[in-house]
Amino acid sequence: MSILGTRVLRTEDPRFLTSGGVYTDDVVDERLAGACQVFFVRSPIAHARIRAVDVTAALSAPGVVAAFTAADLDDLPAIPPMMPGLMNDHMTRGVLASGKVRHVGEPVAVVVTEQAYQGEDAMELVEVDYDPLPAVVDLAAAASDEVLLFEEAGTNIAANFGDASTLDDHLFDGCEVVTARRIVNQRVAPAPMETRAAAAAWGEDGRLTAWIPNQGAQGTRSGLALLLGLPEEQVRIITPDVGGAFGAKFGADPEHAVVAWVARRLGRPARWSETRYENLIAMTHGRAQQQTVTIGGRRDGTVLAYRLEIVQDAGSYPRIGAMLPYLTIMMTPGPYAIGQAEAVARSVVTTTTPVGAYRGAGRPEATAAVERAIDLFAAEIGMDPADVRRRNLLPPFTEPHRTAFGALYDTGDYATALDKVLAAAGYQDLRREQAERRARGDVIALGIGLSSYVEITGMGDGGPQAPEENATVEVHPDGTATILTGTSPHGQGHATAWAMLASEELGIPVDKITLKWGDTDLVPQGGGTGGSRSLQHGGSAVRQAAQELIEVARQRAAAELEASPADLRFDVERSTFAVAGDPDASVPLTRLAEEERLLVRTVFSAPGATFPFGSHLAVVEVDTETGKVVLRRVVTVDDAGFVLNPLLAEGQRHGGIAQGAAQAFLEEVVYDGDGNPLTASFADYPFLSATEVPSFELADMQTLTSYNPLGVKGIGEAGTIGATPAVQNAVVDALAHLGVRHIDMPASPQRVWQAIQAAAGSGAGGSSTGSENA
Amino acid sequence: MIPAPFDYVAAESAAHALDLLESFGDDAKLLAGGHSLLPMMKLRLAAPSVLIDIGGLAELIGIRVEGDELVIGAATLHAFLAASDLVRAEAPLLAHSAAQVGDPQIRHRGTIGGSLAHADPAADLPMALVALGGSVDLLGQGGTRNVAAEDFFAGYFETALEPGELVAAARVPRRPGAPWGYQKFVRRANDWAIVGAAAIDGRIALANMGPVPLRARAAEQALADGASAAEAALLAAEGTEPGEDVHADRAYRQHLARVLTRRALDHRT
Amino acid sequence: MRAELTVNGQHRSDEVEPRLLLVHYLREVCGLRAANVGCDTTSCGACTVLLNGTSVKSCTVLTVQAAGQQVTTAEGLAADGELHPVQAAFRQEHGLQCGFCTPGMVMAAVGLLSENPDPTETEVREGLEGNFCRCTGYHNIVRAVLAAAAAASAAPTETAVPVDTEPAAPVDTLPAEVAG
Repeated sequence: MSILGTRVLRTEDPRFLTSGGVYTDDVVDERLAGACQVFFVRSPIAHARIRAVDVTAALSAPGVVAAFTAADLDDLPAIPPMMPGLMNDHMTRGVLASGKVRHVGEPVAVVVTEQAYQGEDAMELVEVDYDPLPAVVDLAAAASDEVLLFEEAGTNIAANFGDASTLDDHLFDGCEVVTARRIVNQRVAPAPMETRAAAAAWGEDGRLTAWIPNQGAQGTRSGLALLLGLPEEQVRIITPDVGGAFGAKFGADPEHAVVAWVARRLGRPARWSETRYENLIAMTHGRAQQQTVTIGGRRDGTVLAYRLEIVQDAGSYPRIGAMLPYLTIMMTPGPYAIGQAEAVARSVVTTTTPVGAYRGAGRPEATAAVERAIDLFAAEIGMDPADVRRRNLLPPFTEPHRTAFGALYDTGDYATALDKVLAAAGYQDLRREQAERRARGDVIALGIGLSSYVEITGMGDGGPQAPEENATVEVHPDGTATILTGTSPHGQGHATAWAMLASEELGIPVDKITLKWGDTDLVPQGGGTGGSRSLQHGGSAVRQAAQELIEVARQRAAAELEASPADLRFDVERSTFAVAGDPDASVPLTRLAEEERLLVRTVFSAPGATFPFGSHLAVVEVDTETGKVVLRRVVTVDDAGFVLNPLLAEGQRHGGIAQGAAQAFLEEVVYDGDGNPLTASFADYPFLSATEVPSFELADMQTLTSYNPLGVKGIGEAGTIGATPAVQNAVVDALAHLGVRHIDMPASPQRVWQAIQAAAGSGAGGSSTGSENA
Repeated sequence: MIPAPFDYVAAESAAHALDLLESFGDDAKLLAGGHSLLPMMKLRLAAPSVLIDIGGLAELIGIRVEGDELVIGAATLHAFLAASDLVRAEAPLLAHSAAQVGDPQIRHRGTIGGSLAHADPAADLPMALVALGGSVDLLGQGGTRNVAAEDFFAGYFETALEPGELVAAARVPRRPGAPWGYQKFVRRANDWAIVGAAAIDGRIALANMGPVPLRARAAEQALADGASAAEAALLAAEGTEPGEDVHADRAYRQHLARVLTRRALDHRT
Repeated sequence: MRAELTVNGQHRSDEVEPRLLLVHYLREVCGLRAANVGCDTTSCGACTVLLNGTSVKSCTVLTVQAAGQQVTTAEGLAADGELHPVQAAFRQEHGLQCGFCTPGMVMAAVGLLSENPDPTETEVREGLEGNFCRCTGYHNIVRAVLAAAAAASAAPTETAVPVDTEPAAPVDTLPAEVAG
């Protein structure tokens, strides 16, 4: 009886439910005894020269141990942009702002206190003299280079991906219909429930041990070592439980380095716990692309050409967000067979929080753009958007398919996914209900939105080599087993899933298998968890290690039983080797660990990235008098190949759908014209709560990949990628009869209402329904 | 994230609280549920040096009938108010309003007196009190004075409370069976109203359309003159100059005021 | 000043600053770190505990305000090593992923079910409007609460939550006079 594919409850849960997870702020460790508390004084102004920082008053506040500015931390190297060479090299920063601040929230000084409650009191006494400079928030203004963030750079352009001169003026020749639109994929906040944190202690051997919530201890070690100017061997990262990450806890941030530096300077451990205000303005933001989509084709619904032009808001210091257009461009055509397609992008710095990765990281932007374009095209030709999609989707394939953008899609059956979701949702019934409501002139309009998507997962650990991951599996004489993994779970359930994979091979029960990760002394190499890579690389590695362990054990069993290895059978149910035809000649697996440790470390290499796909259908109700959107249903097909544990896979889809939907109609990071963040608390940032979403309807589809023996692709981000455009398209669809063709995200009530007014005002079809005169 | 340091004293009675207010002066603030005050103190938008806790004073808790009014002790919890059979029968608009405040945890701590004294024009209970034509009993060293709701709310987070006074009770007319409507327009369930409207007995109150809960007087006059709900609602935003924020600009707020007023006049919740 | 309160059935007496928030008292003084701090604006509910059996956000309660009262945290729910029915339902329905919101979510759910033992899905969602989760999309959390409600109505059991027999809830009458 295979355990793979079954709904195994998480072995992690009892601990989380009773005593609670041990997150970085919860860690009690003798190495951290007597730790001081670190607080960051942050810039209240978006763009300014720093004239002076005066910590004198703060130093005499109760409990203050020390206070430091950039001048004190001059032994730390300047931080270059994320990818030097690809990004403008002059766009550097210090761990603390020096010379200039470039976003509200940039750390300028640090105050260290004995106790946590003393920190805010002391911070208020730090005086910083700023010489204000004009803020640069609008992307067009930023790209004009009129006000430079980095004088030495001479420009605000951080990176280019292709350029406008390569665009084909004749791309849309031969199209009966062409439509273009400027659309926004707005800035959002990852906002994991656990904010950032760090705890640092230096040993007498000069080694740093740092507890940091992260998505890959090995990457965090590299990042922190680089920030501190240390060789990696001198840094040990320990990963406590992590309360969510969503792409924003990769590597190391300046604050982590400062905490470590403080601990070294003061000769005692140091700890930092980020407030939510800090988190909403200083943790990297997500998305933030302005896009121009142009789509053309024939009136019969065939799309012939598509162009995507992107301006990426990088925020003030280029981090991974500035590079994500590379992935957006790679996924430009999505699941469609579009004869002619092209894309260009540029990343521009602005006096705002730096932009990083956020669930989907570059791919949601591609899907949102092409899905909006498909619907715009459908509206232009008056065809059902489902039919337009079906007409243009790539036909099913089982051999890898290379797109014009260099992506090698492994397996796909996009039309089946679309048909499944339409059937599951009862599409025709929904259209009928919509028509009835329109005929009655209902104030509450019904909208049905679709998306078809393909996305890229398992791209590897960012290095140039093929994607890979390591795993170590060890069987103990007491009947238990331990797995070491290079992945870094923060809610995904690897402890259970990897145990399932090992259990399947070893015959040891899941609850007797322990997973370890996240301590670089224990697991020095690993690619972490992100980009939906863990199961296909990390899980495959675990399975492979367990299989290899059985072969090592087989040799020992052969010696023990004085038989030839070829004559032995491993009975997984009983976790025992036996001589074929002689069941009494047997030895349990765990016995073979008694004299010598029984463990195998292996590396699984994948041939390349995999491409999960699916279709989402969203149903919304829009109050045409107020503009308020209520999300009624989200029905999805998310095909990521074989489903190892449906419980876990569904959880990933639910969470992804919720975040994707939230972007479409609720969440947005807002800055005013002076670069002041207006959504810097959970009261102001419309973080999704349980009342704004329904229960989701998930349909099952599993198109295996040939890239790993399990046939799995990555599921973690797919839900997000599919949901955003489905919900956005649903809102526009709800108001199509009033002449509305597009509404930018988030479809806030005001934005929706203004779109209705604009359509009515332009007389573009439909009555002035929605005004109070009705 | 955490308040500036302060001293704390638990009052033993309302009279004791008044004595403490007098001796500590402007530096002191009263604390009941703390769910308007403590969030401000945690953001350091308020930093009183003394908190006088009146939250546990039995004399300030509870609901009673007094002639044609309900009298609600200032330290009565929103949750209690929302669930009270008496209030749901006699002043259901008030019970409904209390049930809209924040979320269940907030309603388990927040009090009507605290909410009224905080005087956030976007909040539920101030709007409800104005719609109901209620009043507040203010207790001072000289005794109790009653102030009509509209006179009580003086500006953004400003009331008619004199130094040394505390809100002892809220009073609302008993109107069992009177049709009423209540509209709270939010993006998320536990937000403050972007705009709110409450209507009963020909009175219409608006939340977040100005520095205090406003009466939609032009709309009320139209109703009194025999206009329909729809016609009267068109005048709901007359004379208002609502603020602008990330959720709504002025024109949209005024539009919402009209829509919500009509819905409230149609007795919808 | 001195604060005396009961935490998970144990009487405690501690010297605390008046401004010490209950959530920090529980975490740092009592060593009960299941309740988490997730925001600055009383929005997210990760700090939710029971105060005299009703759910409150412990980040917005001063320790001194809880003097003489009973606090129950997630650590205090399980009895004799057995998961509380709500905790068991969360596990069964995969109602947690990273776990950060979970203790607060569970306490809010316990509070919700004590006031409304048979909620509809809408009532569950509204009842949890003060508790944010980023991982689950709320879908399985709602299932867990409904499952716990169904299990309780099928086989009513003693809750492991210690509650005052005389809760400090107000009575439905005011004294005739307020002294002044």
